[in-house]
Amino acid sequence: MAVAGTSAEIRSVRLEKSRERPCNLGDYEEVLATFSWAEARAMLDGLPGGGLNIAHEAVIRHSLGERAETTALLWLGKRGERRAISYRELADEIRRFANVLRGLGVEPGDRVFVMLGRVPELYVAVLGSLLAKAVVSPLFSAFGPEPIATRLKIGRGKVLVTSPEIYRRKVAQIRGEVPDLAHVLVTGRESGDGTTALQPLLEAASDQFETPPTDPEDMALLHFTSGTTGTPKGAIHVHEAVVAHNVTGFYALDLRPGDVFWCTADPGWVTGTSYGIIAPLTNGVTNLVLEAEFDAGLWYETLEAEKVDVWYTAPTAIRMLMKAGKEALQGHDLSRLRFMASVGEPLNPEAVLWGQEAFGQPFHDNWWQTETGGIMVANYASMAVKPGSMGRPLPGIEAAIAKHLPDGGIEIVEAPMVEGELVLKTGWPSMMRGYLGEEARYRKCFVGGWYLTGDLAKRDEDGYFWFVGRADDVIKTSGHLIGPFEVESILIEHPAVAEAAVIGVPDPTAGELVKAFVALKPGHEPDEALRRSILGHARQRLGAAVAPKLIDFKANLPKTRSGKIMRRLLKARELGLPEGDLSTLESDEK
Amino acid sequence: MTDAERLALIRDVLGGIAPEAADAEIAGDADLRETLDLDSMDFMNVVIGLHERTGVDIPEADYSELFTLDGAMAYLAAKGA
Repeated sequence: MAVAGTSAEIRSVRLEKSRERPCNLGDYEEVLATFSWAEARAMLDGLPGGGLNIAHEAVIRHSLGERAETTALLWLGKRGERRAISYRELADEIRRFANVLRGLGVEPGDRVFVMLGRVPELYVAVLGSLLAKAVVSPLFSAFGPEPIATRLKIGRGKVLVTSPEIYRRKVAQIRGEVPDLAHVLVTGRESGDGTTALQPLLEAASDQFETPPTDPEDMALLHFTSGTTGTPKGAIHVHEAVVAHNVTGFYALDLRPGDVFWCTADPGWVTGTSYGIIAPLTNGVTNLVLEAEFDAGLWYETLEAEKVDVWYTAPTAIRMLMKAGKEALQGHDLSRLRFMASVGEPLNPEAVLWGQEAFGQPFHDNWWQTETGGIMVANYASMAVKPGSMGRPLPGIEAAIAKHLPDGGIEIVEAPMVEGELVLKTGWPSMMRGYLGEEARYRKCFVGGWYLTGDLAKRDEDGYFWFVGRADDVIKTSGHLIGPFEVESILIEHPAVAEAAVIGVPDPTAGELVKAFVALKPGHEPDEALRRSILGHARQRLGAAVAPKLIDFKANLPKTRSGKIMRRLLKARELGLPEGDLSTLESDEK
Repeated sequence: MTDAERLALIRDVLGGIAPEAADAEIAGDADLRETLDLDSMDFMNVVIGLHERTGVDIPEADYSELFTLDGAMAYLAAKGA
């Protein structure tokens, strides 16, 4: 991959901005100097007595005011359906859903998992759960049974909202492993074994539901993310996070009332929640939802026909659009498109510049992660873009580069263009409040009042940050984090596999692809039939999103004296990089 | 190629990318990406696989014609494969 910042030539490019176009963040330095989180909080209504509820801020308050008849969700279905749902209508729907939960005995704090494609029920379920003070945990619909079971167990999910199809294919077989799961609500009118149809429940429920007193520190969202080792971690976010969702949508995405906003992220990941649901609604815009999967022609038609003002997408999608070529854009009037942003992994400079060529404006890359809950570093509408840079910290966010010290502490590096770990001063509203049930892993993320992101970066003389790489073995593919351990654990369950190591290998479209090295048990031949058998096993258990795309056979994998497989060595060899310190290498690969 | 050969070739390419569905029944008009759980990278690999096996150039703009089995059959046939 063309990693940002490696080429001095591209790094010196600056795409200057016209001062004439007004935007929410006019003068960066000025906003930075005057910003306070108290004022950001004052952009919201709040509840009597100091309470704060995400769903109330996103929907209920608008439904009672001048935006009641504004379209909140504009849903475009796969089969050409089109539904415009106003803030007033959405408020009724989510109150009904909240009543459905109450009727099922769901208490505040109980976990509601949501595993759906981009259908209206998803938005109703997420916001209705938040309104009822249940904790929402989104699952990616391309997960296989194993990642689903793991997350339901860790989160002790009480309710799962999904489709009959997903339930039948992926959940029914693991139902016995998740005894806490009391209710499975499926979209539509047909219920099957172990499920309850959602639509009749919604229709029977009252649309009267008063927003309950909600402490800003009450748990609201549980987003799973992956580390190098161990099980996935459930990052806890609280209702207070909405302060950051709202103000980052305002500054980093330049959202304004009347806008049509399109976030292409899948709702199963954190972007799909923070910016696919919450931030656009708190900002009172029309949130466009395109149910269909990626299709260059359809995307351009949608941008044009729906008069999208602000578009938030991802590097993998942008690179696929680049492949489709500028010809695919011809004939489309995209003059309404005011701001384009990207997130998920660093956007290569070529893609930023392609935006300028093809759309007459650059893509604005920004950076954040599951644990930060919202955008932390961004390129802004008003500020020159340096292609390949993630931009500058949001108002209210202090970001720095740190070096680790031998005593376990860190030292902030002031000098420009020195590589170190990207760290954030603690205390912003959408900072995670814990990893569920994993206090030790949570504590390890903080040193001396700084949150350690696990990302390596540099900061230049103008204060722009440049991504360098991950500090650990986590794989970033199509913008999603994959923990190698979760994949390896499933691979070694295949009867022919003795050991497995999983790494990320560079890919021009996805950033990285998941690649597995497997060593076979005696008596098995490394041939195409076995490759298919192992791949099929992994896809069936893990789902397409997590399973490896590439499988390579080895007679033996490199290990340390303690028997740990050296993923880094495999990766260095794969990429032709220096092998580094081999003093702990006990048995090498063959 | 006959229709049967074309179908076998497409099924084999799909089987190399999503082997778990190698023997699954696939309706001719079903979206392969949904039915076989193909993500965008998988789908790109299907296109690359079809190109390698048939020599047919498949520009990005034509991808949507390959979303179903029927579509892929008709596309390859029209391109002389």
